[in-house]
Amino acid sequence: MPDDLNWAIGGEAGDGIDSTGKIFAQALSRAGRHVFTSKDFASRIRGGYTASKIRTSVDRVESVVDRLDILIALTERTVHENEDELHEDSVVIYDGERSTMQDVEVPHGATALEVPLKRLAEDAGGAIMLNVVALGAACEVTNFPIENLDESLQKRFGDKGEAIVENNKKAARMGQEYVREEFDHDFPYDVETTDEDYVLLNGDEAIGMGAIAAGCRFYAGYPITPATDVMEYLTGRIDQFGGKVVQAEDELSAINMALGAARAGARSMTATSGPGIDLMTETFGLVATSETPLVICDVMRSGPSTGMPTKQEQGDLNMTLYGGHGEIPRFVVAPTTISECFWKTIEAFNLAEKYQTPVFLVSDLAMAVTEQTFSPDTFDMDEVEIDRGKVVDEDDIDAWLDEKGRFQAHFPAADGVSPRAFPGTTDGAHMTTGLEHDELGRRTEDTEVRVEQVDKRNRKVETAKEQEKFDYREFGDPDADTLVISWGSNEGAMREGMEFLSEDGIDVRFISVPYIFPRPDLTEEVQAAETTIVVECNATGQFADVIEHDVLERVERINKYTGVRFDADELAAEVKATIAGETGTQEVQAE
Amino acid sequence: MSSDIRFTDFKSDKQPTWCPGCGDFGTMNGMMKALAETGNDPDNTFIVAGIGCSGKIGTYMHSYALHGVHGRALPVGIGVKMANPDLEVMVSGGDGDGYSIGAGHFIHACRRNVDMSYVVMDNRIYGLTKGQASPTSREDFETATTPDGPNQPPVNPKALALASGATFIAQTFSSNSQRHAEIVQEAIEHDGFGFVNVYSPCVTFNDVDTYDYFRDTIEDLDETDHDRHDREQAKDKILEGDKEYMGVLYQDENSVPFEEREGVEGSMAEIPDGAPEGAMDLVREFY
Repeated sequence: MPDDLNWAIGGEAGDGIDSTGKIFAQALSRAGRHVFTSKDFASRIRGGYTASKIRTSVDRVESVVDRLDILIALTERTVHENEDELHEDSVVIYDGERSTMQDVEVPHGATALEVPLKRLAEDAGGAIMLNVVALGAACEVTNFPIENLDESLQKRFGDKGEAIVENNKKAARMGQEYVREEFDHDFPYDVETTDEDYVLLNGDEAIGMGAIAAGCRFYAGYPITPATDVMEYLTGRIDQFGGKVVQAEDELSAINMALGAARAGARSMTATSGPGIDLMTETFGLVATSETPLVICDVMRSGPSTGMPTKQEQGDLNMTLYGGHGEIPRFVVAPTTISECFWKTIEAFNLAEKYQTPVFLVSDLAMAVTEQTFSPDTFDMDEVEIDRGKVVDEDDIDAWLDEKGRFQAHFPAADGVSPRAFPGTTDGAHMTTGLEHDELGRRTEDTEVRVEQVDKRNRKVETAKEQEKFDYREFGDPDADTLVISWGSNEGAMREGMEFLSEDGIDVRFISVPYIFPRPDLTEEVQAAETTIVVECNATGQFADVIEHDVLERVERINKYTGVRFDADELAAEVKATIAGETGTQEVQAE
Repeated sequence: MSSDIRFTDFKSDKQPTWCPGCGDFGTMNGMMKALAETGNDPDNTFIVAGIGCSGKIGTYMHSYALHGVHGRALPVGIGVKMANPDLEVMVSGGDGDGYSIGAGHFIHACRRNVDMSYVVMDNRIYGLTKGQASPTSREDFETATTPDGPNQPPVNPKALALASGATFIAQTFSSNSQRHAEIVQEAIEHDGFGFVNVYSPCVTFNDVDTYDYFRDTIEDLDETDHDRHDREQAKDKILEGDKEYMGVLYQDENSVPFEEREGVEGSMAEIPDGAPEGAMDLVREFY
C-alpha cells in the first residue's frame, strides 16, 4: 500500500472548490509527490454539493480509496457527505465562527479543527481567500512545507497581479500560524517531499496533447461535459502548430466539419460525450463509406438521455461498437489510464489514416476529471511515430489512374486500403459519397461492385488485425485461478485493489483491455481460469457480453452504475465476494 | 491555375438523371462556367453536395467532391476550407437540404462567413421523394403530405441570411444562363460566404412555381437602381414578398472571411514525421 494521504475540500458549487483542489494538487506535485485527484461536481453553477479529493503519496497512486484524512468543510453538508470516509485520525477543518457551521458534529472521533477562515482571510486582504487560509491550515496539520503552495498560487493568481499573489501567500500563512498557535501539535501526518519532477494532467488534456503530438490540425466540437476540456486544451495551443479549433453550432455540424477537414488532408478530430455521440451517429456511416480518416472521441458520462452529466459511467460501449444504421467498419480504442489517453490518441490517428476508417477513442468521466502525476518522460515526444498510410502525390498518382486517367479513390486493393490524394493534387480530382459507389466514387447499385466495395471496406479491419497489435495489458499472477477483465479507467482501481486482495491471500490475474474492436481474443485466458470476472461501470455488462460472445462461456460480472467510479478497496471487496460465490453487485448498487 | 480551363473540364462522364427540362441542368452549367471563369480547375476545387435531386451534382461534375449526409453539406464545406484555404470550395444543395433539415447550419454558415459559395437549387418541392412540400412551398401548395397545403408560410431564405449576418446574398433563375453564371461568379469572387438562391424549377412535381411563373415575375436588379451595399434597401427587397428578384441583393464590401480572421494561413495537410517541434513544451506546461 502506498503510504498515502487522502485530502478533500467540499462545499457548494461556486465556492472555488475545483481551483482550491488544483492549487493543492499542483503544490504536492511540485514537491515531488504523486497525486491522484477526483471530483464530485454538480452541474448547476450554484446550489449543489461539490468536492475535490486528492490522494497523494511518494509512491505512485492509481485510484481513490474509501478514506479521508484531511477534510476542509466549507459547509455543514460536506461533513455529512463524507461521514463514512472519516476515521479517528481524520482532521476536519472548518470555520466555527460561521453561523451556518454551528451544528457541525465531527464523527468517528475525528479531530474538529475550528479555524476562523473568513476572519483570517479578511485580515489578509479579502474574504474570497478563505479557501487559501484553509490550505495553509492543512499544510500545518500535514507538516507540508507551506512554501510549496507559493508556486501554485503564483500560477493561479499571477495574471491578477503581484499584490493578489502576495495576499494569498499571506492568507495561507495566517491559516498555518493559527493552527500552530491555537492547537497542540499532535497530528499523525507528515507529508514528505522529494526531488522528483512530475507533471500533473487529466485525461482530456492527455487526449488533447496526444492529438497535437500526432499532428492533428483541425478540431471541431460542441461543448459538452466531460469532453469540453479536450476542446479547451486545444484552443490556442493547436494554433501554435498551424491548426485550428472551431466551435460548431451542434454536434451534427462538428463531425461534418471534422470530416471536411479530413477530406482536405488534415489530421482531424472531434470529441463529445453520449448525447453528442447520438447526433454524430448520423455521420458515422458516411465517414466509413467515404473512407475518411477521422478520430471521434467519446468521453463517456452517465446516461441514457441527459442522465447524470457529471457522473461516471461506461455505458457507450455498444453505441461506439454498433452505432449507426447499416454495417460500419470501424476501430474502437479505449485507453485505460490517463497516460494511455495520450498514446492511444496518437495510435488512433495512425489507425484512422492507415486504414481510412473512423476510429472511436473512448474515454470516460473518471479519467477526464482526474488529474494524475507522471514523470515527464512518460510523454516522450521523440517516441511519437506518425504513419499517414497510402497518401499519393503528383509523382506517384499515375499508378492509381484508370485507363481514362481517372483517380481510383476507392480502388479495391488486396489489403482493402485505397490510395488517398489530398485535394489540390494534380489529376487526383475525384468524388466520394455516402451512396454505394464504384472505385471512382460514383454512385452504383451494381451487385458485383456493391459486394466488392463492402468486402474491401471490411477487409481493412482484417488487414489491421494482421498488421497491428491489438493486445491487452496484464497484471498480477498469470497462473491465478481468478481472471479479472476490465476496460477503460477501472485499471487503476483494480491494480490497487489487487494489493488489498493479496493482503487477504487472494492472487488474481488481471487483464486490462484497451482495444474494444478489433480486440484481443481472450478465449484461452478465460478457459485457463476457474473464475472470470468482468468489471465495468455500467448496469448491463456490455463488455462482459462481448467477452461471452467471443469465448462462448459465461463470465461473472461486477457492475457499478451509481455514477461514481470504483474505489480500490471497494473493488477488492467485490472481487473477493464474487470469488466466494456471493452476488457481487448488490452492495455496489445499494451505495 | 491555368487560363485554358474550359467549363466542360468540370463535367464528369456521368450523364445526369434529372428529368428532362429540370432547372438543375442550367444551375449546374452556370456553376461550371463560373468556376472556369474564375480561373479554377478541377484539381483545386472541392464541391460539397447535399441530399436530394440537387445533391446529384457531385456525380455530374468533375472535381474533388463529397456527397454527404442530408442537410450537412455546409459544415463539410467549412471544414474543407478551414483545413485548406487554397481550395475553391463550393457547396450546393436544395431547398429541403438547406432550409429544412440543414437550416441550423445555414444560419451559422451565414454568420461564420467562411470564404466559399453556397448555391441552393430552390424548386419549392421535394422532387427526389416524388413531390412533398418543401420549406419554400407556398402556404396553399397541395401535395400528397399536405393535402390542404402546408398551412404555414414559406421560409424566406434571403431574410434568414440577412438576419444571420450574411455578407453576400443573391438570387438567380436557372433559365437565365448568362445572368445566373455571372452572379454565381460574383459569389465565388466575394471575400466570404457567397449565398445564391437559384430558382430551379421542377417540371415534374411543381406546376405552380414554373418557368413561366418565374419568367413573368422576376425582375433583374441590374435594371433597377438597387444599391447592393445598402442593407436597408436589401432588407426592403427581401421582405417585399410578392415580387421575385434576380441579382445581388446584398454585399458587404468590408467582409473579411472567417478563416482569415482566425489566422489560418495555409493547408493543414502537411505534418512532420514525428511529433511537431516544440511538442515537449506542452508536457512542461503541466509542471
